[in-house]
Amino acid sequence: MTDTYASLSLVPKTDIAITAKDFKSDQEVRWCPGCGDYSILSTVQGFLPELGLARENIVFISGIGCSSRFPYYMNTFGMHSIHGRAPAIATGLAISRPDLSIWVITGDGDSLSIGGNHLIHALRRNINLKILLFNNRIYGLTKGQYSPTSEQGKITKSTPEGSLDYAFNPVSLALGAEATFVARTIDSDRKHMTEVLRQAATHEGTALVEIYQNCNIFNDGAFEPLKDNDTRDDVMMRLVDGEPIRFGKDNEKGVIRTSEGHIAISETTRIGHDPLLVHDAHAKDPGLAFALSRLSNPRTLENTPIGVFRDVHRPSYDRLVREQIAEVIDKKGPGDLQSLLNGSDTWNVV
Amino acid sequence: MSKQVVSLNRVVIRFAGDSGDGMQLTGDRFTSETAGLGNDLSTLPDFPAEIRAPQGTIGGVSAFQLAFADHDITTPGDVPNVLVAMNPAALKANIKDVPRGADLILNTDEFTKRNLEKVGYTSNPIEDGSLEPYKVHAIALTSQTVEALKGFDLSKKEAERSKNMYALGLLSWLYSRGADGTRSFLNKKFASKPEILAANLAAFEAGWSFGETTESFSVQYEIAPASLPGGTYRNISGNPALAFGLITASQRSGLPLFLGSYPITPASDILHELAKNHHFGVTTFQAEDEIAGIGAAIGAAYGGSLAVTTTSGPGVALKSEAIGLAVSLELPLIIVDVQRGGPSTGLPTKTEQSDLLQAMFGRNGESPVPVIAPQSPSDCFYAALEAARIAVEYRTPVFILSDGYIANGSEPWRVPSVDDLPSIDPDFATGLNHAKDDGTEEFWPYLRDPETLARPWAVPGTKGLEHRIGGLEKADGNGGISYDSDNHDTMVRLRQAKVDGIADTIADVVVDDPDGDARVLVLGWGSTYGPIGAACEITRRTGVSVAQAHLRHINPFPRNLGDVLRAYDKVLVPEMNLGQLAMLLRAKYLVDIQGINQVRGMPFKSTELVAAITAAIETLPGKTLHAETL
Repeated sequence: MTDTYASLSLVPKTDIAITAKDFKSDQEVRWCPGCGDYSILSTVQGFLPELGLARENIVFISGIGCSSRFPYYMNTFGMHSIHGRAPAIATGLAISRPDLSIWVITGDGDSLSIGGNHLIHALRRNINLKILLFNNRIYGLTKGQYSPTSEQGKITKSTPEGSLDYAFNPVSLALGAEATFVARTIDSDRKHMTEVLRQAATHEGTALVEIYQNCNIFNDGAFEPLKDNDTRDDVMMRLVDGEPIRFGKDNEKGVIRTSEGHIAISETTRIGHDPLLVHDAHAKDPGLAFALSRLSNPRTLENTPIGVFRDVHRPSYDRLVREQIAEVIDKKGPGDLQSLLNGSDTWNVV
Repeated sequence: MSKQVVSLNRVVIRFAGDSGDGMQLTGDRFTSETAGLGNDLSTLPDFPAEIRAPQGTIGGVSAFQLAFADHDITTPGDVPNVLVAMNPAALKANIKDVPRGADLILNTDEFTKRNLEKVGYTSNPIEDGSLEPYKVHAIALTSQTVEALKGFDLSKKEAERSKNMYALGLLSWLYSRGADGTRSFLNKKFASKPEILAANLAAFEAGWSFGETTESFSVQYEIAPASLPGGTYRNISGNPALAFGLITASQRSGLPLFLGSYPITPASDILHELAKNHHFGVTTFQAEDEIAGIGAAIGAAYGGSLAVTTTSGPGVALKSEAIGLAVSLELPLIIVDVQRGGPSTGLPTKTEQSDLLQAMFGRNGESPVPVIAPQSPSDCFYAALEAARIAVEYRTPVFILSDGYIANGSEPWRVPSVDDLPSIDPDFATGLNHAKDDGTEEFWPYLRDPETLARPWAVPGTKGLEHRIGGLEKADGNGGISYDSDNHDTMVRLRQAKVDGIADTIADVVVDDPDGDARVLVLGWGSTYGPIGAACEITRRTGVSVAQAHLRHINPFPRNLGDVLRAYDKVLVPEMNLGQLAMLLRAKYLVDIQGINQVRGMPFKSTELVAAITAAIETLPGKTLHAETL
């Protein structure tokens, strides 16, 4: 097995210069004015040209929900499929077509509720897919019911006295499902999202990118503490590979390992910067990444890490499938149909 | 000592024993030797859903029935001439099917007090006279096997395991079967275990010699080869035949074969067979669930593969929404449903034809899907080829409705020459297909072929043909999202017209009425072909005319079907359901179909069909009885 394999090495390059404009389809974008989806669309369209891929070899596949209208707005190949099943459909395409760059667009209801099974299995298999999970912590297209990422006690049309079920943490879930690449970013931070997409695009296998996305109609301000200039630096930590994990306006807070072996937030003003944990996205053991994913408070969003939690190498399933077939052909030679049909036990009638 | 040799035309043997007794293997080996001797044959395995049901119980009985003859036969036979029962449970479960005068070969070692009580015998039937109407051969199969293997370094338990080979040796002698095939089979199977190999061979030989010397059998039988059309033959059951058909369609179309599947009885053997053949460029994907199985297949179809998903009834229920997506996307896809008893988990290892209406209508919206059905084990090969042709030519999902009976049953197959098989043209879209008002060209993914109404198949990677498709309604032609009510009405009708139009490319239904004056037609579909054919022949031998026809295509029906139905005073439709094809025929042709229905998990017996056909003919208004029956 070669280590030089990158997810895009088999995808043909474009022979003409392309820009963000080339990725805009002729369809009128129909999300609600002010929706966080607009900035994600524009960031993706702005980022794709730098990959230098032939536009016809890029495919966007989505499920159902507001975010899943995304493929219609991309001037690439695309499929708007059925609720929750986009990873399954993309899996078949990725296995059979190594020459494509395949992106799955999904939401918190689509990927974590109705499609939860396909998501975890795509992650464990490490299919060559880039999954952009638009998490707005609400059902938008069905007009405002709570979702599997809504905080417990959420008052919605379907839960007038407050939701009772405990929420999923998508990053924790993905890490537990053997994911090789897990990241989180925010709709409003174009620069950060672009950097995360860049790392995701070239990752071999499934890259899960959770994007905190504001639904200004049914769940407005859900991520406001991470966006507001006054609170942002205080609640959000940016994970940078090889850098100490610290945050706050003057980096006055950081993550340390306690004497019991857990991780905790401490004050650098008191302990200095030396004891801080250094982020290692490539660590073989997902333990620290998982611990980091558990730091945030799901209600207040305090101590929320963004960035790449985990980025490790494991051969993608689709690559292994193709290698196995090639090995069998190598060993047995290409199949001979007539001898297959005859089998080993024939007799002749004259 | 050589014994008298008696010639027979046709024999039906049933091997029955505990699930762990190796009855399926014994049956398979006997079948293989029989096929090699040129007899026509038909088999019916019948086994419990449990892998190891409690030992010695009725529920744990596994059986294998085989009919073989010196002439063309189409069923594994209604009743056995010989029952091999390895224990009291096997006797109890099967004796009701055995006609008086038949041979019973019973393993006396297992007829212990405890085993007899386990299945409710208060006395030993071998001794109490209750088996008097039969020719009973009470043989201590287990202890004779152990005795024969005395010289081997085996535990008693290991030696006992070879008793099925002892029984096979005995039956092989009795019906003058060869031993070479079984020897080479055992050599291959136990190549790495020489002691076990030698023991099995010795048990087989010992069973054979016992037949030659014992006074329990006074005669040996022989069955002359059947006169079948010339060619190369092999024995085949339905699931591998279907897999071969799919591989052949892939080779004849140049499309890589992709299977997305979740294991389910009785369809899993198709997955297994395809997984053995990766060197044909076949990709097999064992998905996390039924929905992912078809989802991956749809993804592969979108990418230009010949895509298939295989399942049984409960799996189809789970795939329904995705099948609807394939109808809307208009992509080629083959859905194989190897039917079993339902509803719900039902009878996983027993056969039924009760998914027809599910295949026809089990989706939301107007969602037409072509449906075809193989009529015998070997016909599964040709059904797969035909399904692939329709799927690719019309860009549509296609159902193949096989069932447990033909999936596991086997028959000789005259192997076709690959060069004689039809080829399939994928005809991928390669360029723009529509001129805008300003004269520039663009690509319309839903611009249809005027003849077939099929849309272009434009796979990712095709420069200039970037487009978006989905489950939302699309504008006629350009394929953009459309909520326009008239457009939806148009699109629904177009999808229906496309599937209806497939009838232009399928053969008329052919009626077999050798006497030419039949007033009753027996019409079937799928695996009832064999039993119906046998019943019609038996009926005709009594001098009564009856016509037979069989449907390969259930959606759409052949163009001439209405005229055929209306040409008879009465149309009988035997089905292993409560009248699903009958309902479709009545609705479409307003013909008063009379159903013959049973859902016992087993194929029709020819005799029950003969009775139903005869009764129907006798009650015809103005019936004038045929000369011979007066």
